[in-house]
Amino acid sequence: MKWDWNAVSDFMPHFWDGLLVTLEALALGSLISFGLGLVWTLLMRTPTRLVRWPVGIVTEFVRNTPLLVQLFFLFYVLPEWGLTFSALTTGVVAIGLHYSTYTMQVYRAGIEAVPVGQWEAATALNLPRRRTWTTVILPQAIRRVVPVLGNYVIAMLKDTPLLMVITVLDMMGQARLFSQQHFQFTEPVTVIGVAFIVLSYLASLLLRTLERRLVR
Amino acid sequence: MTSGLWELVLRGVWVTLQLLFFSALLGAAVSFGVGIARTSRLWIVRFVAGFYTEVFRGTSALVMIFWVFFVLPLAFGWQLVPMWAGTLALGMTYGAYGAEIVRGALKAVDPAQQEGGVALGFTPGQRLRKILLPQAVPEMIPPFSNLLVELLKGTALVSVMGMGDLTFSGKLVRLALQESAEIYTYILLIYFVIAFVLTRLMRALERRLKAGVGRGPERAVSAREPKRAETTGAGVAGVAGGAS
Repeated sequence: MKWDWNAVSDFMPHFWDGLLVTLEALALGSLISFGLGLVWTLLMRTPTRLVRWPVGIVTEFVRNTPLLVQLFFLFYVLPEWGLTFSALTTGVVAIGLHYSTYTMQVYRAGIEAVPVGQWEAATALNLPRRRTWTTVILPQAIRRVVPVLGNYVIAMLKDTPLLMVITVLDMMGQARLFSQQHFQFTEPVTVIGVAFIVLSYLASLLLRTLERRLVR
Repeated sequence: MTSGLWELVLRGVWVTLQLLFFSALLGAAVSFGVGIARTSRLWIVRFVAGFYTEVFRGTSALVMIFWVFFVLPLAFGWQLVPMWAGTLALGMTYGAYGAEIVRGALKAVDPAQQEGGVALGFTPGQRLRKILLPQAVPEMIPPFSNLLVELLKGTALVSVMGMGDLTFSGKLVRLALQESAEIYTYILLIYFVIAFVLTRLMRALERRLKAGVGRGPERAVSAREPKRAETTGAGVAGVAGGAS
């Protein structure tokens, strides 16, 4: 079998389309997971057990089951319940939900890493609870967790090809479509493999710079 | 659900467990091989091992699986049985993550222990076998436990290639029943139970290994925390601890 450069150049336009979709899914999925993760963390800190228990069980469940099956679940079950979304929306929600159970642990660690003295100082200054969180604790916690969150963005990047199974035309979806139409598998799959290495390398470089700025 | 459909699901569970077992074995071999190679004194060995981890952690597991299933047969003219193709792709990918765990744990052993070995005239192989590994391995268990759960979740990917694992049998049952919520809830529950059993087993293993080097286990909670930061690839130093 020979490597066919023509197939590569034929595939490139589709590749760029797929790249945009991948990046879009990554950006939205990250935002959802960051936001939702914080919500879980704060819920887990509420004093009532009635809140902590279900949140703990649900997040543990989501974290320990495959994203692929969760994608299928949302993609097939939501319409049965009368909720129809585009495939991309479903995929983004699934990725965001799955990774929010990881980011929640990151936030928790970040919050626990804020020195106790900061809490005590806030109490001493008689700051109301909400101001303690928004002006004292969270700004310090989030600085610490940004690099770890970045790691999860890279992990999410590598999970975006799963969206292919629910018909999203991300990089992987485009590669599969192309190979079905042209019977050339090697070139598109290899191009995408290289693209992933480049993307995750770039992301890690970016992350390292960010980390140097934030964590001193 | 009728019993025939349950049989299908059970067959899927069996395939998933087999795949998990084989790819965990290959993954462990790769982890230790590559992880130890990354601490080698020869730069070329370190470089090759580092290149391996960067490539396999940099690409997506699904892309690797596509590559093994579709590109290898075309490129080399032979095709692996699906079980071995899946094992190869998953073992190599997750082994690359595991290599970082091994490397980190080896690096975390007190340097004085190494020096003690040198002073006693141990060969590098003896130092590794008798001093470094017995102390490093118990430390690797919690992150490996998380990686094993990741691997379990990764096995679902082979269903995309039409391999009859748990996820795939779920798909078939869904087509038969025309009812998605029920079957996918069962499938998710089965995965969860397997993951739960795995983490319990790993915790027992950790306790036993730590007792072997005269240390009690840490608080049980620590094994549950996701150590995935170390396994997310693209070596990021610092808070995540995944320096590369």
